[in-house]
Amino acid sequence: MKLLFKLAAKNLIGAGLRTWLNVIVLSFSFLIIIWHKGLLDGWDRQAKNETISWETGGGQFWQASYDPYDPFSLTEAHTKIPSALDSLVSTGNIAPILITQGTIYPRGRIQSILIKGISSNQKLLKIPSSLFLKNNDEIPALIGRNTAADNGLKEGDLITLRWRDIHGTFDANNIKIIGIFDTDIPTVDMGQIWVPLDHLQKMMGMPGEATIIVLNKEAQGSIIAEGWKFKNNEVLLKSITDMIKMKSVGGLVLYIILLSLAMLAIFDTQVLSIFRRQKEIGTYIALGMTRTQVVGLFTIEGSLNSVLAGLLAALYGIPLLALQASKGLSMPGGSKGFGLAVADKIYPAYSLGLVVTTILLIMLTTTIVSYLPSRKIAKMKPTEALRGKIQ
Amino acid sequence: MRKLVIPIFMLCVSINAQNPSAREIIEKVDKNMSAESRVFTSRMIIHNPRNTRTIESKSWSMGETKSYTEYISPPREQGTKMLKLDNLLWIFSPSTDRIIQISGHMLRQSMMGSDLSYEDMMEDPHLLNHYTGKVDGQERLADRDCWIITLTAINADVAYEMQKVWVDKDRFIPLKKELYAKSGVLLKRMELSDILQIQGRWYPKKILFKDVLKEGDGTEFQMMEIEFNTKIPDYIFSKASLKK
Repeated sequence: MKLLFKLAAKNLIGAGLRTWLNVIVLSFSFLIIIWHKGLLDGWDRQAKNETISWETGGGQFWQASYDPYDPFSLTEAHTKIPSALDSLVSTGNIAPILITQGTIYPRGRIQSILIKGISSNQKLLKIPSSLFLKNNDEIPALIGRNTAADNGLKEGDLITLRWRDIHGTFDANNIKIIGIFDTDIPTVDMGQIWVPLDHLQKMMGMPGEATIIVLNKEAQGSIIAEGWKFKNNEVLLKSITDMIKMKSVGGLVLYIILLSLAMLAIFDTQVLSIFRRQKEIGTYIALGMTRTQVVGLFTIEGSLNSVLAGLLAALYGIPLLALQASKGLSMPGGSKGFGLAVADKIYPAYSLGLVVTTILLIMLTTTIVSYLPSRKIAKMKPTEALRGKIQ
Repeated sequence: MRKLVIPIFMLCVSINAQNPSAREIIEKVDKNMSAESRVFTSRMIIHNPRNTRTIESKSWSMGETKSYTEYISPPREQGTKMLKLDNLLWIFSPSTDRIIQISGHMLRQSMMGSDLSYEDMMEDPHLLNHYTGKVDGQERLADRDCWIITLTAINADVAYEMQKVWVDKDRFIPLKKELYAKSGVLLKRMELSDILQIQGRWYPKKILFKDVLKEGDGTEFQMMEIEFNTKIPDYIFSKASLKK
């Protein structure tokens, strides 16, 4: 076996430029597959971490009627916060949120908006609700950078907010934008305005009520709240998981094209080798090698392309990928407008599992592609092969 | 002294006879403005800051809860139908051949970019059922003597907690309305003009709606034809009629 490897390596190196061309193409495939998968993994990790910090916490309780995809449900989706949670609310370890619909009039235009009331003392989410505590304005409000840009709003602006109370009666008042926050999570930014929970409860005539309750990881197991549905992060982050899955499937097409190109080159080289090295094959058999050993030799020769490609890819790929992992990849502006949780920069995450899986995948494919043309050797007659007769 | 009491009493009676109570005024306004059923063709001219659009429609309404509207023009809106039953509204769009349901807050949104909400367009509420009034004074408006009535909601579930209405003293028809939020912020203004006598009642042919919080010159609502208390077949107020 050792001899076979030695012989295969010698033959491969001896083939010169033909080998190196194959190896270079295959190393590109290595690098691009690892880079692309790493980018998606990095995006997935960043999007989930940010969503947890800004929106989902350690899980949420939803009022039984609440459906985030059905705005009609909001009129019914409010209930008293369970009294068992009072101490956690007062310490800021859970964040009750009341959600309703309203209208703002920026620059005389009419704009529908979601009004979200969040407790000022909450420490769970990154929404800078503590700013409410420092403000004595009648209705202080926070908005995200995208909502501010869409409506031409800036800190200190006063705008009219119109809403309907619990009975459906119109009410309106001026609100003051006391802060604009920067987030990568469009679901806490786009078309939303954040006000103190107690203000919104008073505005709506819903004292002590909330639509959702965001929990911290420690609290989630210990709370049982009737009339509320518990949603863990697996459910709450499903849209991100699904999106990354969809992108991975899209990436699969790219991998298949890249691998096909590399495999085509290896397959071609193998066919050519077997055709041109018939005398050599005959000699091996004449010297006592079995047909299976000769097939093995050619298969190993082909497979070693992937080993060399792996080494080459590591040589120029590790510095390149490491650089990108530290500097990140800038995403095009406006990606958040599509409702995707995309950071301004995505930092690819290359896990050991990813690298090992990619290496194994490419080595296995190369081995199969190397073996297929080599099977022809088994059908060769050694005497004919020695004479160099085309078979 | 006894000689003075009788003339003073007579004077009070005559003053009262000249000044009807707010309730009497609202009752008369309701008689003019509301009906058991209405069938009308109207034109809505929406003046936005950038453009003006005209939409014509035919509507059938019964009481305060049932209403059906079909758009006649422009061609882009032609065939669009709306059915409102209580708090639910269905819209049929011929371009998509689909019926969508609108309810809750959406009902209170601007209808097709106008200054009217779906509720404003399709509801015909009796003021007396929802408000109590107070005569706040008198004013001359559009060359007519008017009572100024402040209406305050008696039910919690009305859209506007307070309204201020300028009622023509002779014809008992509102010439101007101001609709207020609970906080007292003025939300909408309506100016009613071209008052005509139709089927024995006074009715405005033109209403200018203005959402005062929004830019633009408001939405003109012109009544082209109207019939009161006509019999409307039940099938009009069914979802099946939307796709007919």
